[in-house]
Amino acid sequence: MHEALETTDAPGGAAAFYDVDGTLIQTNVVHAYAYYAINSPSLLRRISSVASLVAGLPLYWIADKFDRRTFNEAFYSRYEGFSKDRLVLVGEEVFENVIRPNLYDGAEDLFERSGDRGCDRVLVTGALEEITEPLADYLGADAYVANRLEYKDGVATGNLRKPMMAGANKALWIRRYCEDEGYDLDQCFAYADSGSDIPMLSVVGHPCAVNPDFELKKTARSYEWPVLNFD
Amino acid sequence: MSRQSTTSPHVRILEEDSPPRMLHYGEGFLREPLPAGTRVLYPKPPMEPVDDREAAIRYAINHPEGDDPLYTQLEPGMKATIAIDDISVPLPPMKTPDVRQTILEVLLEELDKHGVEDVEMPIALALHRRMTEDEIERMVGSDIFDKYYPDQLYNMDAEDDDNMVLLGETDYGEEVEVIRRVAESDLLIYVNVNFVPMNGGYKSIGTGLSGYRSIQHHHNPQTIRDSDSYMDPPESALYDANERMGETLKDHVDVFHVETALNNKMFDDPLMFMARPEEEWSSADEMKFKSMKWATDKAPEAAKHKAFHSIPADYGVIGVSAGDTEPAHEKTLDQCWQQHAVEVDGQSDVVIYGIPYESPYNVNSILNPLLVRVMALGYFFNMYRNKPLVKEDGTLIITHPCHDEFHSEHHPSYIEFFNRCLPKTRDAGELAHRWEEEFANNPNYIEMYRRENAYHGVHPFYMWYWAENGAQHVGRVIVVGAQNDHVPERLGWESADNMQQALRMARREHGTDPDISMMHHPPYMVADVQ
Repeated sequence: MHEALETTDAPGGAAAFYDVDGTLIQTNVVHAYAYYAINSPSLLRRISSVASLVAGLPLYWIADKFDRRTFNEAFYSRYEGFSKDRLVLVGEEVFENVIRPNLYDGAEDLFERSGDRGCDRVLVTGALEEITEPLADYLGADAYVANRLEYKDGVATGNLRKPMMAGANKALWIRRYCEDEGYDLDQCFAYADSGSDIPMLSVVGHPCAVNPDFELKKTARSYEWPVLNFD
Repeated sequence: MSRQSTTSPHVRILEEDSPPRMLHYGEGFLREPLPAGTRVLYPKPPMEPVDDREAAIRYAINHPEGDDPLYTQLEPGMKATIAIDDISVPLPPMKTPDVRQTILEVLLEELDKHGVEDVEMPIALALHRRMTEDEIERMVGSDIFDKYYPDQLYNMDAEDDDNMVLLGETDYGEEVEVIRRVAESDLLIYVNVNFVPMNGGYKSIGTGLSGYRSIQHHHNPQTIRDSDSYMDPPESALYDANERMGETLKDHVDVFHVETALNNKMFDDPLMFMARPEEEWSSADEMKFKSMKWATDKAPEAAKHKAFHSIPADYGVIGVSAGDTEPAHEKTLDQCWQQHAVEVDGQSDVVIYGIPYESPYNVNSILNPLLVRVMALGYFFNMYRNKPLVKEDGTLIITHPCHDEFHSEHHPSYIEFFNRCLPKTRDAGELAHRWEEEFANNPNYIEMYRRENAYHGVHPFYMWYWAENGAQHVGRVIVVGAQNDHVPERLGWESADNMQQALRMARREHGTDPDISMMHHPPYMVADVQ
């Protein structure tokens, strides 16, 4: 499920886990899909994809507020029919044109300092792996885990492969990563922006809310977690 | 009980029928009878301020100490930097216009007149929190703020690696690192507000413009233990280190100081009675105090907090000196001593302080447990010259509610320090060894310092060390009126429900007839112990 890009011996024996959307970048999976949709080779398909995306936005918003898993299931069904080759190719373009320009300055500094401190830097995201990989390469992440589409004959079915990266699954993955690497969770850091990521923040010793939504802000206040606001 | 003799009119010896004393108690007050024979030290009345601040500043920069007049050092095309003391002085913040505004107005006009266009004004935060835009505007005035913020007037960033420059090392191996702008300037003008004798001089240039790499050389348990009184620079190892580092800086950049000494007029006229002996309070004063005490006893915490932090002080400028670091500072110190030093004869077994609501590190914020400790054992303990007011192994009695409350935006690393480190040890050396580096390099705290309004991650350690010479000197601290048991316990203090119980506890240690003194501040004073 996770792809180790390179291994680093962290002297402190710790890792820093980063949610991506809203934490490191001021965009989200909807933007990525929009890019795919707008750059679809077929004009007809392009028009219908964009139109249905726009029409569905209120529902996605409600689904996201209700449950991130429900949102993911509903949203990623939109990728049905995309070929894997195309998603990989456009993933690079999404990174260059959507992700990279929207990286928070502060997030890059934070990422760099985690490395200076000797931490493994790991992206833990609900975005697609096709988009996450170029970002991980760019930032020099030690590892990443992302959602993966299910393919049949090289074409996306619209389903995500299990386990889906959201909510408690992120926390579980972090726990297992630390067990495998021999890291003490108390020494680890985690960064996220959403109330749906409270589980992943709760398992580490050094949680930090970044640009928190209302729910996470409330929790961060209650537990006196550090809060960062990037512009 | 043996009685010390004293001739100072600012020291009262209590009698059997003396009225009870007023004590600050965080964001409230106590009124406690103290035993006959107790010495109570009162601040001197505020010295008369200069009539025309602007004229005093102009005179000082044109007639500097140990240096040429400022105008002779200015030329077109030069790069000038004006470093400004931050919000940690004075306490509480002074009424507007803040004296820094007046100094900047004079300096900027002078620089402009001499064709100096490349001017920047970093706020010398070192590892303190960034000031908010509102706080900066209040400090420098709207005109300067609108014209220069944020490009030429800004909070310095000691964690911006690209903009910190290592200038060299002192003979003691202390690294001197400052912000790039200062290192590359032709002239550094440092604008000081000297509130107590510890402020200003080499401490400003040695600490104010540097970061963790430099500050760790003197903000450590050993240097603090080796410092007799912070308020008495010749006796302070801390000041010595700053002097060495300041000299290294001066090898690279010309430095011109503008220092201002303030009087101690902390309260407006209607409340100035609080600085006077209770015997001298009029019936109206008694009524005012009772009303204030009733209001603070009854008001919700948030309302009290808001009220206390919105009252500025009516400080007056008693002197301005400018020029070379040491001679200018000497002159300032003389004025500070004139205002603050209260002569007193000999030490006491027991010393009593009321801890007020504000320290240098919680302006517009919360006096958390670590800051309560630093007020008691760091600042108030060190308010002496010659020798501490309390005898070695003596007892300090302080009054404060000691709420387990922190400002999560200003003091995030304090929370971790208090809850994770302190339960394991209170030993400053062990704390430094086990956790200082970790906190100093914690990316969360670094970014919160850089981008939010948080004190640097290492700051709670400095607060703990800051109280180290007091903690080493006194035998015990008893806190009166703590609202919980665990805060005093975690700080290594004992608790008493009231002053009488605290005094009984002290008597068990020092006999039935201990020498007792109370420092009746704020307004602050320095005990000149003969």
